[in-house]
Amino acid sequence: MISGPSSSQAKPDAPPEAVIQPQGSGLWAEFSELWRYRELFWTLMARSILVRYKQTLVGVLWALIRPLFTMIIFTLLFGQLAKFGEDPAAGEVPYFLLVFAGVLPWQLFSTSLTGSAGSVVANAGMVSKIYFPRTILPASACLTTLLDFLIAFALFIILMLGFGFMPSWRLVFLPGFLGIALLAAMGAGFWLSALNVHYRDIRHILPFMIQMMIYISPVGYLSSKVYGSTLPGYLKTLFILNPMVAVIDGFRWSLLGVPGALDPIAFAVSAGMVLLIFISGYLFFRKMMDTFADVI
Amino acid sequence: MSHPVIEAHNLGKRYRIRHQSSTHDRKLRHAVTRLFAQPWKIFAAAQAGKAEDFWALREVSLTVNEGAVLGIVGRNGAGKTTLLKLLSRITRPTEGRALLWGRVASLLEVGTGFHPELTGRENIFLNGSILGMTRAEVRKKFDAIVDFAGVENFIDTPVKRYSSGMYVRLAFAVAAHLEPEILLVDEVLAVGDLGFQRKCLGKMDEVAKGGRTVLFVSHNMASLRSLCQEGILLNDGQLVYSGSMESTIENYTNLYAAEAVGHTYQQQPAENPETKAELLAASICNAAGEPAATVNLTRPFSVAMTYRLNTAASHLIAVVEICDTVGTVVISTTDIDASDLHGKARPAGIYREKAFIPPLLLMPGAYSINAYVIIPKRERLVEQKQLLRFEIVDHDSHLSQITGVSRPGYISTPLQWEVNYAKS
Ligand SMILES: Nc1ncnc2c1ncn2[C@@H]1O[C@H](COP(=O)(O)OP(=O)(O)OP(=O)(O)O)[C@@H](O)[C@H]1O
Ligand SMILES: [Mg+2]
Repeated sequence: MISGPSSSQAKPDAPPEAVIQPQGSGLWAEFSELWRYRELFWTLMARSILVRYKQTLVGVLWALIRPLFTMIIFTLLFGQLAKFGEDPAAGEVPYFLLVFAGVLPWQLFSTSLTGSAGSVVANAGMVSKIYFPRTILPASACLTTLLDFLIAFALFIILMLGFGFMPSWRLVFLPGFLGIALLAAMGAGFWLSALNVHYRDIRHILPFMIQMMIYISPVGYLSSKVYGSTLPGYLKTLFILNPMVAVIDGFRWSLLGVPGALDPIAFAVSAGMVLLIFISGYLFFRKMMDTFADVI
Repeated sequence: MSHPVIEAHNLGKRYRIRHQSSTHDRKLRHAVTRLFAQPWKIFAAAQAGKAEDFWALREVSLTVNEGAVLGIVGRNGAGKTTLLKLLSRITRPTEGRALLWGRVASLLEVGTGFHPELTGRENIFLNGSILGMTRAEVRKKFDAIVDFAGVENFIDTPVKRYSSGMYVRLAFAVAAHLEPEILLVDEVLAVGDLGFQRKCLGKMDEVAKGGRTVLFVSHNMASLRSLCQEGILLNDGQLVYSGSMESTIENYTNLYAAEAVGHTYQQQPAENPETKAELLAASICNAAGEPAATVNLTRPFSVAMTYRLNTAASHLIAVVEICDTVGTVVISTTDIDASDLHGKARPAGIYREKAFIPPLLLMPGAYSINAYVIIPKRERLVEQKQLLRFEIVDHDSHLSQITGVSRPGYISTPLQWEVNYAKS
């Protein structure tokens, strides 16, 4: 039964189910494999949602508490103390709604990123013992946070209607901006989760990174504040390189119809960055995933 | 006509072993400095650093036919788990290629793919989806799995509360019932109790009879014999034998016999000695002073060692340790224990020493000898573990004659008893 390379006489007619070789099998094969594993994708998502709410006392309430408190603090900080609330660009929209519209995608981005960055290491047991397309881990960890988002989003809509703002036709673009936020989180998640396998320092760096990012993202203020400021030009350019600029501006524009919220150039640059991060992240992850089981 | 379901050609897996001193290479700081110094090497960054290449598996070619049960043997570190990991696609080979016709389920270690926070029920569905089954398909098998694993009462308990035996029971039940075409089972069943082990062997047999293929790694020759018709032997990452299970096992045991150490040791003295001391000879001697592989329980014996000291040294001692079969030191004795050599300088030259072991000290059984020449707390000039092997036998059935059965324990010295009797 042992054979040299010569003994492939009795080849079955069917093509093999799996080919094991040193290199990957190409993008197309990978996507079709991901599709075959879609059931696992849902199961993993259901699993992390279950686990997330299973042993927490207030359960789903967490999804409301975090964005609500961030919104309140930022409204006080930027709206009252820093007097950003008198921004003419805001029109008659109350400042807390502007902030909330920024907190929504921000929260989605930061929890998605945190979840997906830790996803491979958190599932070390599975990674080292069974095969499945590894990309499922960071990707499903990202999408899991959609539930939290929807809960917070419902609260937002209630507040919005309560204060007499009707959503306009621009609302149809919201899923697009949501998609950009998820792509950004997933792309960065690909990078960080793969690096995390080799360098556990990521765990310490990430919270710090996210903390910094909330201030350089237009969560507590409007992007127009930055464009209209006296900051030097290169800082303004740096500002729009932030992927969250496109997302948050887009949210404000489509939810509240803030007139000058969406600067086309800033949006294009920022969205381009998202694409760059996502593609490079995916390629990097793909390069690294074959040996996860060896080093994890 | 059975056709192959696994075809491997020259499979090889190279690991990089990082040495302790260079673990800091894994730190991000170093990766970042490298990133700026040589940005084009970013993808290689994780592999860079001081590392040694090591082939855990090399040039393994094999074909396994449908319905075969293949036993895989080899000592610890031979590459058995690595082979299963490659075949189950958990990690990629460094070279070579393998083709698989069928879905693979693997049971590599305890708790394969279970999530501790989820219940047994949820985990069964999770594993099913990993194998590419739909919920409906899993539901059909569900009762059989729970029944086989015997965990009905715990099926809605998070698996982190399972005992390790229950964990394996469920894992095996899942892997075996979800109808993979290829089932890879590593040495995991040992955790289960005897009844379950037997049940698993039966199940694997059944799986194979149903036309599916099983690869079974085990250190338990009895279960290998009963389950597998064919076997392969791995040694140092190479496939060194394949054939019937029986002859594979024979080859496997021969591997050990070939290098089993004897009761004497002889070493030519070096021409230009580079070490401060060298061991020249050692042997076990029976009561008559002749080298012997077995010694009598009721007679004294001795451990002789000859070493050459190439430079003078003080505070030097020679040590003999007698160890049991798993290497636990049973007694340790030195040449200053009962002599006036303590603290004295020893000139260069050849030393012949003998440690006398009194009769009725150790229980009958197999033992090995470690020999050392050391300066305590400072230096080990000679360090030879598992240098000799010998056996203490109970020729005159001294111990068992008294009680009629063999006794447990390490020490056979008869002890003084005091027995008082009073008529209640
Ligand atoms: N991820 C890894 N990184 C580096 N070396 C590894 C890795 N995994 C295994 N090895 C090495 O590869 C060799 C083969 O290991 P493997 O687990 O295949 O042995 P085995 O035959 O299953 O042994 P055992 O009988 O103890 O289970 C060992 O020397 C081991 O140290
Ligand atoms: Mg092993």
